[in-house]
Parts: sequence; C-alpha cells; structure tokens
Amino acid sequence: MTGLRAWLVQRVSAVCMLLITLFVLVHFLVDPPRSYLAWHDWMMSPGISVLTLVFFAALFSHMWVGVRDVVMDYIHPTAYRVLVLAVLGISLVAMAGWVLRIVLIGRG
Amino acid sequence: MPVGALTSIAHRVTGICLALSIPAVVYFLDLSLQSPQGYAQVVGWFDHLVVRIGLILLIWALAHHLLAGIRHLLMDIDAGSQLRVARRSALLVNIGGIVVALLAAGVIL
Repeated sequence: MTGLRAWLVQRVSAVCMLLITLFVLVHFLVDPPRSYLAWHDWMMSPGISVLTLVFFAALFSHMWVGVRDVVMDYIHPTAYRVLVLAVLGISLVAMAGWVLRIVLIGRG
Repeated sequence: MPVGALTSIAHRVTGICLALSIPAVVYFLDLSLQSPQGYAQVVGWFDHLVVRIGLILLIWALAHHLLAGIRHLLMDIDAGSQLRVARRSALLVNIGGIVVALLAAGVIL
C-alpha cells in the first residue's frame, strides 16, 4: 500500500478512531461500567462488539501505514527494512487475530 | 528547532510509543473480559503509581498525536497552511497535549 491509497487509509482510519474514541469517552463519563458484569455485558453487546472490531481494524491499518512511513525514513538498508516491516506485519496480523478471539470468545 | 518541527517530530515519536503500547492494551482488554478475577487484576494494576504515571504519559502521547493529526487534516483541506497560522496552530497542539495530560493527571493521581 503506497501513495494516495496509504494517504487515504491513514486519514479514514484516523477519523474512524477519533469518532469511536469520543463516543467511548462520553460513555465512560456519563455511565462508567462499575463491575465485571457491567463491563463484560457492555463490551459484548452486538453494537459495541462491532465497534470494537471496526476500531481495531482502523488501528492496525493506521499502524501499518504510520510505522511503515517512519521505517522508510530512518532505516535505509533493504535487509533491515524488510525485517522490520515483516515483524510489524506479522505482529499486526497476530494482534488482529487476538482481538477477534477476545470478541468471539467473550460473546460465547 | 522551529515550533512546527517539534510538533512534527513529536507526532512521530508519540505514534511509535502508542504503537508499542498496543500489545499491553490488548492484553489488558483480554484479561479484563476473561473473568471477574481478571477484571479485578486489571483494576488492581492501576493502584500502582508507576502504572498510573505510565497511563498519564500514554494519554499525553495520544492527545498530542490526535491534535497534531487534526492539524494535518485541516492542512489537507488547505486550512491554516500559511506560515504564521501554521506556527500558531503548532504551538497550540504542543500546549494542548500537555494541558490534556495535566487534566488527566489531576483525575488519575
């Protein structure tokens, strides 16, 4: 993912995360979950489950573009670049699987 | 260093710091949802001063990164890209991040 597409992904994912973060912040200020049960039920309700997945999809895309930009600017030898980007890519896919597992197991 | 350069480099540094914090964030999320014991464990972690200070630093990183990002978006649509305005908005971002962190510190500490 390069050029215009990366630029667009970075901005769309940023706005996505901003809106979800504001929503969660307001929810926590107005009606914070005060027990495990309240927290679990809220997180696993259909709407919030979907929102969680959307948030992390946006986050991991955003991290890919952002960290890649920094890597390309400061790491020049091709071998190191490939190594760092591979570690980054694998970590992001692994964490995406982890988040999916949290939501799926939580919802039983 | 010009104020805009400081905003820009901090945008990068905070981005990398936030990225490095994500495994811990997902771990805490996982643990807090696994069982009442896990939830209590996560809540217990925030009794430690070190964890609270780490949280405040992360809130600063997020606030700076977010404000600098909004500044970027505004410049994309050509708002405030004249040098004078850009300098003022850069300063505003740098101060804004610190103000949010201080407010968070007031609540958390």
